[in-house]
Amino acid sequence: MERILKKYWPLFVVPTMAAFTIGFVVPFLQGLYLSFCEFTTIKKAKWVGFDNYIRVFTDDPEPLMDSLWFTVAFAVVSIVLINLIGFLFALVLTRGLKGTNVFRTVFFMPNLIGGVVLGYIWQILINGLLSVVGEPLLALNTTAGYWGLIILMCWQQVGYMMIIYIAGLQSVPESMIEAAKIDGATSFQTLLKIKIPMIMQSVTICVFLTLTNSFKLFDQNMALTNGEPMNTTTMLALNIYKTFYGRTSAEWKGLGQAKAVIFCILVVLISFGQLRATRGKEVQQ
Amino acid sequence: MKKRLLALVAVCVLAISSFAGCGAKDEGSVYYLNFKPEQDAQWQELAKSYTEQTGVEVTVVTAASGEYETTLQAEIEKDEAPTLFQVNGPVGLANWKDYCYDLSGSDLYKELTSESFALKEGNEVLGVAYVIESYGIITNKTLLAKAGYSLDDIKSFADLKKVAEDITARSAELGFSAFSSAGMDGSSDWRFKTHLANLPIYFEYQEDGINTTDAIKGTYLDNYRAIFDLYINNSTCAPAELSAKTGDDSRNEFLQGKAVFFQNGSWEYSNLTAEGAYTDDDLAMIPIYTGAGEEAKQGLCTGTENYWCVNKDASEADIQATLDFLAWVVTSEEGTKCMANDMGFVIPFKNAAESPNLFVKQDKAYTAKGMTPVSWNFTTMPSEIWKNGVGSALTAYAADQTDANWNAVVKAFVEGWKTEYDLNN
Repeated sequence: MERILKKYWPLFVVPTMAAFTIGFVVPFLQGLYLSFCEFTTIKKAKWVGFDNYIRVFTDDPEPLMDSLWFTVAFAVVSIVLINLIGFLFALVLTRGLKGTNVFRTVFFMPNLIGGVVLGYIWQILINGLLSVVGEPLLALNTTAGYWGLIILMCWQQVGYMMIIYIAGLQSVPESMIEAAKIDGATSFQTLLKIKIPMIMQSVTICVFLTLTNSFKLFDQNMALTNGEPMNTTTMLALNIYKTFYGRTSAEWKGLGQAKAVIFCILVVLISFGQLRATRGKEVQQ
Repeated sequence: MKKRLLALVAVCVLAISSFAGCGAKDEGSVYYLNFKPEQDAQWQELAKSYTEQTGVEVTVVTAASGEYETTLQAEIEKDEAPTLFQVNGPVGLANWKDYCYDLSGSDLYKELTSESFALKEGNEVLGVAYVIESYGIITNKTLLAKAGYSLDDIKSFADLKKVAEDITARSAELGFSAFSSAGMDGSSDWRFKTHLANLPIYFEYQEDGINTTDAIKGTYLDNYRAIFDLYINNSTCAPAELSAKTGDDSRNEFLQGKAVFFQNGSWEYSNLTAEGAYTDDDLAMIPIYTGAGEEAKQGLCTGTENYWCVNKDASEADIQATLDFLAWVVTSEEGTKCMANDMGFVIPFKNAAESPNLFVKQDKAYTAKGMTPVSWNFTTMPSEIWKNGVGSALTAYAADQTDANWNAVVKAFVEGWKTEYDLNN
């Protein structure tokens, strides 16, 4: 086996590497280059040096800062809620209750629907509700837009995180739980001292996924509120999109590109911070 | 084993190179990136027929609704870039003029019925309009008669207001409302933030004798408010619901006979007459009266935001093939008939065939009666962001019609124009 692998490794590595290079590395580098340019189409890009980056902080009609606060407020609440609810579902659905598999499937299903479709469906639902209770509809209601996004994202992602937590919980050795039981630990103590420390790896993955998803959120944001009213529910990615496509002349594409690069660095920094923080709490079995 | 691998690689290389070879032909080919999804099928037909007759390959690709700019940006980078694309007017042209071939020597340009349908930069003709459209208030004459009025009763804004408010007062008894919902959802709000907003812009340009500006004054915004008030307060639904109403909602209300009036354009004709919903006897389009200018002389809003441009960077053979194709489309019997009958277009070319579109015929009739069409000045709006700003403010105003909210509309309109103009130039 090893001999065959040694001989044919390019067959396994090259396609993946090629796809990764074509689909990620090249566009990423090109994007980086374009953030230093003014352009309408990428073939006719004009180098302008750091102008775009300076303008991001001094002369941007849609400052990233405005969207940053909304994004952070959204991220914090949605990370907590999604992980909490996902974990609770996982706990309930690992106890061998009747219909466990059906519920696992049902909770996972929203994840299979695309973000834009979900956004429009929830827009109709939430607008219907708001209109019944006589509140301003989504397009005029920042609070409803904020909570609408959180509800939508919880609905979509809880099932996915639940599956990861279930996998984690199932890998906690029976013997440990049994030992704890014999030692007289209550089920709450078992949860706190045995199960949670044992599944810190799942926590790391889930928090990482929800964190990056929250910061990068785009389709759901665009479909549900499109930033209305007056850009108060515009998140970072939508903000960049609006800068990039909102005006036609060349200098805006470069500015949008520069914002995208800054956005990328920001997301990478935050997620590295998170990985370091939660990795430290992982235990080896 | 190694040999087999080598053979596999060789086959791959061959396959790729033969794919790449596909487009390379000496006689040139045409690649049209079409803007209007409604007419996609007809363009495909026309292209096929042209290929059969001449052997020149014509590819028509239609961008998804609302995605034209982004599609064009992506497509134009390719080796097989569109040879024919379109811009929506002077603001759009500014973005694409580096790619526009000078059409001043082309047959297409010579066939134009009026100079005003060309998009020029200095002496260069960079775009040529290919369809003229009209919009106004589409009226259900049958329902109007049920309410006890006829078209002759509506000759001014005051008349329109009187009729609409009377219908609203009796709507429970009549079973229909005056206006279909002025939906402010993204699928519908362009009717108000762009098309309706054209009227105050038009009258201001007329008064000042200009055709574009870097700073709008908003002289006629009170008229804009008056007509918008009329729309939203005499509608099928409560004004607070408008923010979620879509373009389909509005059209369906009109199709189901729930409303007499529906602001939209000649492009809706096929939707309204499809499957026998309405006949020409039921429908009419009247000018959008706002109480500005000389209303007795006001016609429909007629103009274009569709200009063909030929890609300068295409190979010479491809450019020639494209020009030949366009000349054929606008002069041959098959081409002009297809554009008039199947696509429902009025084309500004000398050989144009008569269009069966009722609204288009009405536009001609109004003009013949000495009324002046309102030109399309919304192509001079500074940016999408300006339109969205006005749209957001209008939505807020519709839900809560206070002076403060209207002032926000005025601010978005006037100050927003200046800001966006400066940002975009």
